[in-house]
Amino acid sequence: MFLFFLLPILTLGIMSLQSGDFFNGFAFTWNFGNYSRGISVYSEQYLHAIEYGGAATIVALVVAYPAAYWIAFHAGPRKSSYLLAILLPFFVSFVIRTLSWGTLLADEGPLFGPLKSAHLLPLDFRVLATPVAVTGGLAYTFFPFMLLPVYASLEKIDRGLVEAAQDLFANRFEVLRRVIVPLSLPGVFAGVLLTGIPAVADYVNQDLLGGVGTTMVGRVIERQFIVSLNYPQAAALAFVFMLGLLATLLLYQRIFGTEQIMGD
Amino acid sequence: MNDTALRAATKGGVARPRARTSGSWWHRLERLLLPAYTHLVLLWLFAPIAVMTIYGFNDTHGRLNIVWSGFTLKWFADPFGVTALTNAVYTSLLSSTIGAAISTVLGTMIALASHRYHFRGRTLLDAVMVMNIAASEVVMGAALLTLFLAANVPLGFLTIVLAQVMFSIPFVAITVRARLVGFDNSLEEAAQDLGASPLTTFTLVTLPIIFPGVLAAALLAFALCLDDYVITSFVSGTTQTFPLWVYGATRLGVPPQVNVIGTFIFLAGALLSISFAVIRSWRNRQLARESAL
Repeated sequence: MFLFFLLPILTLGIMSLQSGDFFNGFAFTWNFGNYSRGISVYSEQYLHAIEYGGAATIVALVVAYPAAYWIAFHAGPRKSSYLLAILLPFFVSFVIRTLSWGTLLADEGPLFGPLKSAHLLPLDFRVLATPVAVTGGLAYTFFPFMLLPVYASLEKIDRGLVEAAQDLFANRFEVLRRVIVPLSLPGVFAGVLLTGIPAVADYVNQDLLGGVGTTMVGRVIERQFIVSLNYPQAAALAFVFMLGLLATLLLYQRIFGTEQIMGD
Repeated sequence: MNDTALRAATKGGVARPRARTSGSWWHRLERLLLPAYTHLVLLWLFAPIAVMTIYGFNDTHGRLNIVWSGFTLKWFADPFGVTALTNAVYTSLLSSTIGAAISTVLGTMIALASHRYHFRGRTLLDAVMVMNIAASEVVMGAALLTLFLAANVPLGFLTIVLAQVMFSIPFVAITVRARLVGFDNSLEEAAQDLGASPLTTFTLVTLPIIFPGVLAAALLAFALCLDDYVITSFVSGTTQTFPLWVYGATRLGVPPQVNVIGTFIFLAGALLSISFAVIRSWRNRQLARESAL
């Protein structure tokens, strides 16, 4: 485990402090310039990542909570069928799913093409290649990571507590607000974390659904590594990104505790 | 309301009138609006799958498969018509099988060890799991690439398998460990007291008990390896897996064969998981009937 995880991270850290270029070789020089350059040049892409990833997490939570609530409390014996149905689409490769969204949302695609030819939408109306498409795609891609922990925490709530609250003359809305929502918070926290981190890091949705000017930091890291071959710069960008996520995670852990992050 | 009534009510067995002062609109909301909403969410989740399948029947002639231009079966009749795509699918299946097999063995060993040496193993595994989530795929891909570069490992099939093993191990360990909750170590001790060697104990006692968990973990690992794009793209060199090939093809136009193969993969996964679910509920009912007798 350590071999598989810590060693790569260590080499990444060393690489991030090197200087030189691909053809003349790299040398270790405590080159912190990679960090300051990375942050100052690509701050916009870091911000995009936080913006779209954060928005996608909120969208996923708002969409998932009512559905998880209904399945946990009212779907009865069909609970597991509904859960299975929600997970089924994710058997399709995620690149293909994202591509399909691209087709669906395309300017001349099956959704907007007919609406435009019927003049129900202005001809320059578009969703593809906008931040909206990126956010929607991210929320879709990581939806199960939000729904499952929220569902698990709702499902665990003792029905006796709900009935007790009703016996104490709380109406249904009060029960939801003062019993169910507070008790489901651990699942919400876990879901936010499990959705938020991959959503902030993802660049496939942005690449396939977003347009010029929506680039997120994951894409920059990938391009620097694979196209520019500027390994130290890319490693520094990745390291800053990882430290940022780790700091968020530790803060989260201090506030809510580890058990809730692990979801058990 | 007296105490006994409250206790009976909290057991959920007694039906009787409840306080419903302003709850009737909410009641209606829960009964009508929420199920409709949940089905809408399902529709949203299946929308791209439907698009994928439908466009597999599209009689497209240009490079872009976006505008509907008539129904055809020719792509379904010729799913392997694009050689590079077929090769990529083959590479994906092979690397995922090898990767899933290795990570299932290693992950199961980690789960068993962390179950036996309870306290330390658990916290360690939890810590690594949390770090693995926090590191995110981009960082892990970048880190592995730097490691392979530093160690002078040529990028290709081997590094793809290594990377897949690395990222799927935690999922295997967590899944198997969930199955081990409640596993009684004294069963193994009893077998060894009766003269069984450690290997015999493992194959005859431990493995049969944890097998459903191991199988689930292996399938999960396989699915994760097959689907991975981000980490694989960093370490693949010039080798193409299925997701990598599809991604690369987006620049030039994705052939409809991708939709056909995607549909096949979806159907295989769906059939497998539905039959799993059916078998499990059938077995549960069987067990319930037996224990009732």
